[in-house]
Amino acid sequence: MSIPEAPRRSWMQRWHVKGIVVTSLLLVLLVTSSRMTGVDVGMFFSNFGQFLNLLVRMSHPDWQYANVIVRPLLETIQMAILGTTIGAAFAVPFAVLSASNLIHNRFLRGLTRLFLDLVRTLPDLLLAAIFVAVFGIGSTAGVVTLAIFSFGMVSKLFYEVIETIDMGPLEALTSVGASKVTIIWYAVLPQILNQFVSYFLYTLEINVRASTVLGYLGAGGIGVFLQRSLSEFNYSQTAVIILATLAVVLVIDGISNHLRRVLL
Amino acid sequence: MVEAPIISFKNVNKIYSNGTVGLKDINLEIPQGQFLVVVGLSGAGKSTLLRTINRMHEITSGEIKIDGEPIHAYKGQALRLLRRKIGMIFQGFNLVNRSSVERNVLSGRVSYYPTWKTLCGLFTQADREMAVRSLQRVNLADKLYTRADELSGGQQQRVAIARTLMQEPKIILADEPVASLDPLTTKAVMDTLQRLNREDNITVIVNLHSVPLARQYADRIIGLQAGQLVYDRPISEVTEADLNEIYVTEAVQA
Amino acid sequence: MITTLIEKPSRSIWQRWRWLLWVVVIGALYDWTISGLKFTGLQESAGVVSRSIMAGLVHPQWSYVYDGSGEDLVSLILQTLAIAFLGTIVSAVISVPFAFWAARGDHERFFLRSGSGKVVLTLIRTFPEIVLAIMFIKAVGPGSYAGVLAVSIHSIGMLGKLFSEAIENMNRGPEEAIVSAGGRPGQVFGLATLPTILPEFFSYTLYRFEIAVRSASILGMVGAGGIGTPMIFAIQTRNWPKVGIILLGIVIMVLLIDSLSEQLRKRLI
Repeated sequence: MSIPEAPRRSWMQRWHVKGIVVTSLLLVLLVTSSRMTGVDVGMFFSNFGQFLNLLVRMSHPDWQYANVIVRPLLETIQMAILGTTIGAAFAVPFAVLSASNLIHNRFLRGLTRLFLDLVRTLPDLLLAAIFVAVFGIGSTAGVVTLAIFSFGMVSKLFYEVIETIDMGPLEALTSVGASKVTIIWYAVLPQILNQFVSYFLYTLEINVRASTVLGYLGAGGIGVFLQRSLSEFNYSQTAVIILATLAVVLVIDGISNHLRRVLL
Repeated sequence: MVEAPIISFKNVNKIYSNGTVGLKDINLEIPQGQFLVVVGLSGAGKSTLLRTINRMHEITSGEIKIDGEPIHAYKGQALRLLRRKIGMIFQGFNLVNRSSVERNVLSGRVSYYPTWKTLCGLFTQADREMAVRSLQRVNLADKLYTRADELSGGQQQRVAIARTLMQEPKIILADEPVASLDPLTTKAVMDTLQRLNREDNITVIVNLHSVPLARQYADRIIGLQAGQLVYDRPISEVTEADLNEIYVTEAVQA
Repeated sequence: MITTLIEKPSRSIWQRWRWLLWVVVIGALYDWTISGLKFTGLQESAGVVSRSIMAGLVHPQWSYVYDGSGEDLVSLILQTLAIAFLGTIVSAVISVPFAFWAARGDHERFFLRSGSGKVVLTLIRTFPEIVLAIMFIKAVGPGSYAGVLAVSIHSIGMLGKLFSEAIENMNRGPEEAIVSAGGRPGQVFGLATLPTILPEFFSYTLYRFEIAVRSASILGMVGAGGIGTPMIFAIQTRNWPKVGIILLGIVIMVLLIDSLSEQLRKRLI
């Protein structure tokens, strides 16, 4: 029997075409990527013994080593705090300049946003490698890396916060003829301060994670020891470093999460 | 109302695990083919009452019989067969937004298929034609291949009704089916339910909190208050004053 | 002011002086931070080096862009993208069961299942990707395969978390509808759960792909394939024009991928 009132099936066919095109595109991409990267599932399993051996050696942490790494771990946290602070401080004016509700000059806003987008494209370790070349091995390179990295991230989070504020108080102040600085101080700041601090803490969490590996390229902190233990094949020390890093990251996350809950 | 009721409640109680009383000593008989409207404020237990009928909620004590059979012991396939003959319509439509109308309607037919066939989308031609007929009954056959979220709220609710028709239900439970719709689409949805009730002799139980709607469509109205059955009259005996009382006394108590 | 007319509600001493406590705590924290870091001071060469980096950025080594050797910028950028793509896809697939493990259920007691799943995901997330890469290099040798494995495993931590949150917040309505129509658990999953949740999974996967592109471009620094390897060599040999062209390549790649992914995500939602 015929199906009355039902639309033609061409609809459906177009649907299938789309599905098939997307699926085959994905498949082609998958195959080319695995060719390009030389993925070989068999090889992984044939070398699995070596991998397992490494895991076994890591599962016997050298607890004595914990004493050695307390100092660099603290240095890692210090790097993260200082880097985040510097980055956030520089981020504030840039965030204001990129907020569409405060700056009506499209050209200026577009320019700052483009600059911020460019900064955000650079991965942290890449920055670290360059700054180690500039500042030499040590925590200075780490702090500068983290400052730039958090600058890119925080400025975007900040201007998104600014763009969601309630414009009422601003209009009130504008109507009585307040200056731009006064407006920002009395009408904008009180609305965004808590969220700023919250995002600052969030960035700090990310930076603590990041800072633990920066030292791998010589930018100070625990990463230096990570690199040393790995290049000496001393995996029982590597294990301690990883565990200690994990503990530090979790503690910082916990504190920061608690503070953020209190703030918001 | 001489023949045996299709649904009967006997001393039914429902207490939630947090101690809240959901239903309190409900006794109720619903004959085949009735259009029953349940009224009461939100939180009065209307939704709980409805969901105990297809065992989406379990009762704490008492007995519910459908077609004369107690349902509390049903498990697995028996429970699924019970649910198959009871269609359900929800306030939020509960369609898969990104799937086509056809797929949504066919999903009402799941209990007739083994799992692997539904997952591969292997519905029979007969069922696909049935889907079109169900959509014709809610006047939406032209939307067969449209994505569900491209329809208006009222159209989505009618798609949900078409999905329920795929179960070939004897009973339809509708939980606030028009609460999120505007007056015009509300009428379309309620008319559809009424037509199914009259043409197919499906027993329809609808939760509403609009008194005018209840009076317009119901054969019989029952009122719930804090989980208790406080009102039960055929439509011919219902007066405006009665219904206001259900709402007013409760509002005063609250 | 009218304050004289209205009695001010009195604040407790704690409320009044709490800010001072914060000032002291934060002050002490920064004192500790700054005193703890040894600033080596700028190296004498710092000025020279930064000037040469600038010079290198302004005059990049264009000849490196493509020379057909397979070791040029374009080939290695493509390889980087391949690492990120493959790693993200594999990780997305593995993340699905992890997400269902870690998603809090309505009827779960004490959240043992979801809690343990969340802990595992946190551990994976915290394990440094670089270390993973080095471990996989031991297993499969240096090269992009190790990079793919590192990205695949590391991304589970974040994707699993995002997916599980998507599951926790998803609309349960369609599932309820299939249950009430008499569907079996497998049918509920296939006809309601998956089609409701998959678009969100896709969107998160795309977002994670953006991040994976950035990680894939640095994993090469430890020998796990992609553009990172020539980058670190160029920095170590102070070949600034080459550093310049690679930086340029990475910036353009990341910008392109970000905007592409944003377009796709907009179309999905």
